[in-house]
Amino acid sequence: MRQHFLKTIAATGLGLSMALANAAPAEENRDELKVGFMGVFSGGQAALGQDSYDGFMLYLKNNGGKLGNRPVDVLKADAQIKPVVGAQQAKRLIDKDGVPIIVGVTFSNVMLAVHGPITKKEVFLIGTNAGPSQIAGKECSPYFFSTSYQNDQKAESMGSYAKSQGYKRIITMVPNYQSGFDFVSGFKRYYQAPLLDEIYTPLDQQDFSAELAKIASEEPDAVYVFYPGGLGVNFLRQYQQAGLLGKIPVLSTSTTDAINLPAQRDSALGVVTSPVWGPDLDNAANKKFVAEFEKEYKRIPSDFAAQSYDGAQLLDSAIKKVKGHVEDKAAFMAALKQADFPSVRGDFKFGNNNFPIQDLSIFEVVKDDQGRFNLKKIATPLKAQQDAYHQDCPMQ
Amino acid sequence: MDLQLLATQILNGVQLGVLLFLLSAGLTLIFGIMNFVNLAHGSLYMMGAYVAAAVFNTYGSFLLALLAAVPAAILIGIILDRVVLAGLYSREHLDQVLATFGLILVFNEIVRYFWGSAPIYINAPQALRGTLEFFGFEYPSYRVFIIAVGLLCGLGLYLLINKTRVGMLIRAGAADAEMVDAMGTNIRRLNTLIFGLGAGLAGLGGVMAGPILSVQPGMGEPILILTLVVIVTGGIGSIRGAFYGALIVGLVDTLGRAFMPAAFNELLAKSLAQAAGPAVASMLIYLLMAFVLAIRPHGLFPVRNG
Repeated sequence: MRQHFLKTIAATGLGLSMALANAAPAEENRDELKVGFMGVFSGGQAALGQDSYDGFMLYLKNNGGKLGNRPVDVLKADAQIKPVVGAQQAKRLIDKDGVPIIVGVTFSNVMLAVHGPITKKEVFLIGTNAGPSQIAGKECSPYFFSTSYQNDQKAESMGSYAKSQGYKRIITMVPNYQSGFDFVSGFKRYYQAPLLDEIYTPLDQQDFSAELAKIASEEPDAVYVFYPGGLGVNFLRQYQQAGLLGKIPVLSTSTTDAINLPAQRDSALGVVTSPVWGPDLDNAANKKFVAEFEKEYKRIPSDFAAQSYDGAQLLDSAIKKVKGHVEDKAAFMAALKQADFPSVRGDFKFGNNNFPIQDLSIFEVVKDDQGRFNLKKIATPLKAQQDAYHQDCPMQ
Repeated sequence: MDLQLLATQILNGVQLGVLLFLLSAGLTLIFGIMNFVNLAHGSLYMMGAYVAAAVFNTYGSFLLALLAAVPAAILIGIILDRVVLAGLYSREHLDQVLATFGLILVFNEIVRYFWGSAPIYINAPQALRGTLEFFGFEYPSYRVFIIAVGLLCGLGLYLLINKTRVGMLIRAGAADAEMVDAMGTNIRRLNTLIFGLGAGLAGLGGVMAGPILSVQPGMGEPILILTLVVIVTGGIGSIRGAFYGALIVGLVDTLGRAFMPAAFNELLAKSLAQAAGPAVASMLIYLLMAFVLAIRPHGLFPVRNG
């Protein structure tokens, strides 16, 4: 009896102390928080990094410059498209500036170079664009969260769409580097039929006349392309000039978006594309985001901006949950994992590898009711889709 | 092999060739006569494209854009020559490389400041947006226009260099600049003229490329590399070399990209061919350059030194 009594006392005490431990940071931390924002801010692809940055800063501005209740000092780091530069910038942000959180990262090659060094130092990395397969699979980390996509997802939705359209003869055409290979393999995974041809062009090739002549002579049912940034402008203009636009449908990934459309205009009309977010997605958070962005920057936001805006929302929600104590890493990690924020793409949750499980839609380039070239949702081939690599990730 | 496809690809090669010629003609003269390494030549090409796009977006006329952009590029070239580069002509090549590389960064930031990082819009004139029908195959009419403009420029330069007094001085300068100076010609003024001419041609190249390539910061660098290959292959200082060099590089590059992967597909396993084909095709012009340098160290059409 007495023994039982002691046990009860001990259990109660333990329970109490655990409850206290959970509630330990009773005081809210309102000190200034340093956050690193890494992206490509110079060179030919700088517009992508800038749009990401603008999306993040928009949320911050409209939130009184705070995440949670902590005023935020954003340190911008230009990683260019160079893994070595990215690694140096990450080291500087962590060792010199002492940031507990780094956001952004535009290109996959840079992501692969910074992901290990950042997460091994137990600094939180919120990826708002690049999602190479390695970090979704074997190299996944509890310190990494993505508010964008795993690279293959964008191509998988297009592969699924191509299949549903009954296209039998398809030629793929992408730059000859890792992301190009990833997108083609993602496309094939859901298209599930042999391709007519696969064309790979050097990443620095600007003129596609030779390849377009080949496409014209093969007359496929459709082409699937991935040409990011200025390459997308080149490709579609030349496609139009070769008389192929409107004749052979263009299925694309990251080739036409709000950044490129002002330069592509009618050469992109009718082209379909597969970002994980589009400006006409029908939810309240998105309507607010698009209106605020257009008011602030006088242009249509891109998916880069939307993904970073979601990154800011994710941080805001999680920092609130831990009352500003991001230094309590276990608690902050758990708070991030809940993804308790109204994503501009609608339903959003994290899988075991901290990549999003999300609906994937297809958009077409149209003239919107204001006469601007814009994206319009035409189909949602994959619902609550999870990336193909999550089983390789040992996290639960 | 499909003859129509071959014809299309040959036209593509010629079109790339004349575009490269517009850049390399000026650069080869600046290299050859002024003995000056100008890496900022691609920036003049970019400025031409940007000025054209700005005019095009305001007035909607491609012709007007062309008429504004070429003089603008010449003006920028002359200002560069007189103000920025004047002190560098007597310096070592390495100093020139450093300074003109710095200029590339400056120009990229200038266009980024005024026009932003994203590509900006310019399109071919309405009449040239479609295709032309040749013996049973269609070809983009704007590319035909580029070929015509490039060949006209080639003819104009030929007449200028071979039939005029200025041309005689330029030829003399290419052969022996010091002697021309010693004979009493104002070599400074000749240099400014050459630099302006080169800048104008580069600007024209930028305008011509605008409707097919995206107009954005840094657009001058990829084409600069090809231009360097052209003038090394053709022979430094030689307009004739630039012309034939540009056509050869344009044709080899285009035909290589067009038919190399298919040829590899015939010979190798598919996975290997898909990796090796494009890789070898993109190396082809550099292999050509190395080969030319090995057998003719002064290029295919060197300047004849008396």
